[in-house]
Amino acid sequence: MHARADASDEQAAEQSAAWPEEIFAILKRFEVRQVPYVPDAGHSQLINRVLGEPSMRGIPLTTEEEGVALLAGAWAGGQKGVLLMQSSGVGNCINMLSLTQIFRFPFLALVTMRGEWGEFNPWQVPMGTSTQGVLELSGIRVLRASHPGEVGEVMEAAASQAYNALTPTALLLSQRLIGTKVFVK
Amino acid sequence: MSKANLLDRRQVVSTFLADRKDALVVAGLGASTYDLAAAGDHDRNLYLWGAMGGAVMMGLGLALAQPKLPVVVVTGDGEMLMGMGSLATVGLQQPKNLTILVLDNESYGETGGQLSHTAAAADLVGVARACGISDSRALSTLGEIESFGKGVQDVSAGPRFANIKIDGANLERVLSNRDGMFVLTRLRGSLGFKPI
Repeated sequence: MHARADASDEQAAEQSAAWPEEIFAILKRFEVRQVPYVPDAGHSQLINRVLGEPSMRGIPLTTEEEGVALLAGAWAGGQKGVLLMQSSGVGNCINMLSLTQIFRFPFLALVTMRGEWGEFNPWQVPMGTSTQGVLELSGIRVLRASHPGEVGEVMEAAASQAYNALTPTALLLSQRLIGTKVFVK
Repeated sequence: MSKANLLDRRQVVSTFLADRKDALVVAGLGASTYDLAAAGDHDRNLYLWGAMGGAVMMGLGLALAQPKLPVVVVTGDGEMLMGMGSLATVGLQQPKNLTILVLDNESYGETGGQLSHTAAAADLVGVARACGISDSRALSTLGEIESFGKGVQDVSAGPRFANIKIDGANLERVLSNRDGMFVLTRLRGSLGFKPI
């Protein structure tokens, strides 16, 4: 069975984590309306908050690049958004990230990292290793949070530059922060 | 490449948009963008020159942001095939004001006319319907196009999807503006949004 070591305990811990709440509060303050995502365990608490918030629309995607195009359309229509995904999804976005330069819209992605910090699954390592480089080569500024205490501050900076200065930004949420996925039989 | 009795794509698009009123229109890269330009430039046209596979998603973002306005995506079979998953995303969101029209020439006209998947088995109407866009249909006459174009104005009955098999002839390019910032800012301005 591929699951977190103890799903119920882990879920309880995630539900009580403060940093996803800080991210959510900042998104709300910046009047983020559209929240496209490909789910990741590290985003589960935030996704639940988004789905329960009437002013936001959580939008499940079939592939992450859809979210880049969606956010461009949202901005054309006057709304801000944020794209939630895992590091493996960054590779799926590359050509669509052209839109951030063509349209210079307020692009913010929150990327939960895999393939680092004690990763068990070798298949996560190649994309996890290239995630930051791929984003930077695509013209996206990269910020990173590795400890619960710094998430609010880094997220504030990421949201400010994305939404106020139209600077396309990705915030990497380290595997050290979200917890290394444990595989048990 | 031309087959008999298939409609001319420019005529299809100009008929479809003849009474567009306040509609926002996104055109997929390549010939669809030229068709939209040929139908007449407009503040509410969003021409794509790249981002293949993203036209429907851009339409969805726009439709969710502006639920009272009709939002139309006009694109080709190749672009639609690349973004086929976006039909499932639309099917889940059910934006009532979104209409998608695929101009299906069964080939990649911009790159030399190589056959696309719709030339054999791929049925985009079936895909759209199976993804939850219950109003999905194949159109074949200008009368049907005209009627479908009028239906776009009803922003309470979408999403809608239509596929039309068109003549595969490569027409002279009608180049739209290709400065994304200009087109985007102009569209936003038409909705009352000022530059930051």
